Amino acid sequence: MRFATMETTMKRFLFAGLTTLLLSSSSIALAQSASDQLAEYRKMLADGNPAELYEAEGEELWAKPAGPKNASLEKCDLGLGPGIVKGASAQLPRYFADTNRVQDLESRLMTCMTTLQGIPEAEMVNGSFGKGVRKNIEAIVAYVVTQSKGMKINVSVNHPKEKEMLALGEKIFYLQGGPMDFSCASCHAVDNKRIRMQDLPNLTTQKGAAEGWGNWPAYRVSSGTFWTMQQRLNDCYRQQRMPFPIYGSDVTVALSVFMANTANGGTVQTPGLKR
Amino acid sequence: MKNTLIKLVASTTLTFGGIALSNVALAQKVDPAVQAVMDRSFREQGIAKLDRIQQDEFQALCSDEKFRDSPEGKKKAEALQAAALAAIKPPSDGKYLGSWANGEKIAQSGRGATWTDSVKTVNGGGCYNCHQISKQEISYGTIGPSLLGYGKTRGNSDVILTYTWNRINNSKAYNACSNMPRMQHFNLLTEQQIKDVMALLLDPESPVNK
Repeated sequence: MRFATMETTMKRFLFAGLTTLLLSSSSIALAQSASDQLAEYRKMLADGNPAELYEAEGEELWAKPAGPKNASLEKCDLGLGPGIVKGASAQLPRYFADTNRVQDLESRLMTCMTTLQGIPEAEMVNGSFGKGVRKNIEAIVAYVVTQSKGMKINVSVNHPKEKEMLALGEKIFYLQGGPMDFSCASCHAVDNKRIRMQDLPNLTTQKGAAEGWGNWPAYRVSSGTFWTMQQRLNDCYRQQRMPFPIYGSDVTVALSVFMANTANGGTVQTPGLKR
Repeated sequence: MKNTLIKLVASTTLTFGGIALSNVALAQKVDPAVQAVMDRSFREQGIAKLDRIQQDEFQALCSDEKFRDSPEGKKKAEALQAAALAAIKPPSDGKYLGSWANGEKIAQSGRGATWTDSVKTVNGGGCYNCHQISKQEISYGTIGPSLLGYGKTRGNSDVILTYTWNRINNSKAYNACSNMPRMQHFNLLTEQQIKDVMALLLDPESPVNK
């Protein structure tokens, strides 16, 4: 268990100040790309990341009895056996025999919270980012992904359902729609492109995918909140002008399999620190 | 034969508006299994309805790299481009250029058409997201080509005026799989807004040409 130490408090102040600097800057900061600014920002914080606060909360929530069944998540199987958190997110998404589905971290956590704790899945699926039970999931995600930091991304596509999701994810990556004809590939299929000053990883290459997949979930400086991969994808689809991707839906899991598989061999850097 | 096809397509397009392109030959559909996953993975939210995951023929063509690069795909791209070109409406009063100052505001704004926008949201062109345009704005994207000095280097002959008008109205009339949104086809910008963006690019007084 962690406490908000003096150091953490100081970091939070530093963050608040830097956030303002980063977002309000027009002349000075614009001379650099957003990535350059973030690199400086990371340096000033040394190894700190405000995601630590979410992580600490998630660690508590993992072990705390909750839900109608008043049970903890300590028997939750994230793919490496019940209760094993270390290294779990580095090998997700993957196929789970008990659900007969390929699941990402968040859809798997929903399964555990339903089966172990008795929390209705609909409450989680229909909830909003940063609110209610979904806020708890986000904290638990922060805890789980921190336990794979520094490990190699190692997602398998041995099971037929994993192969199926990979093929699906690749197709969906290129699928255009909406009033602007955008797909994921509109922004993420070529090297060294930007939207405004924001660098765009090329998610079709190992290097780009490792950078993208390997850094999310992340603490997002511009919103001052921790974003899970589901939220990252959700906001990508919002900006693509598409309808709303359902939390934990097959499209989101398939895209995650595609990105993670392309990123295989890269390093897990989660929780990341993003604009 | 080709002209007849184009005329036929053009008249269909006029009759049914933006969604009429489905009558072009060589219809291409999304894999039903993929469409089924899309259908169960999305829900409508605000102005973003589920019709947005029903592809039109440009979207279907450009989502499928293999087909797009095949001889059949190339033929289809040409037919779609010709139909799109025929469907572009020239300015209703014959005037191509509006106000470059308004055009700059439109180019800066990336708002509109998301589920957090409303029908009342004034859409922006989002031009700077992808293009360098004026020297003054150094926060620009690089997905599209630089448009710095656009009018200065090209002049504003009728050919350039028409080409630029067409390109902003429907970039896919020239390149079926261009990354640029079809501004007129999907009513992303009004006619007046397009004139203002035209002026930003072509007016000699615009900062783009200084």
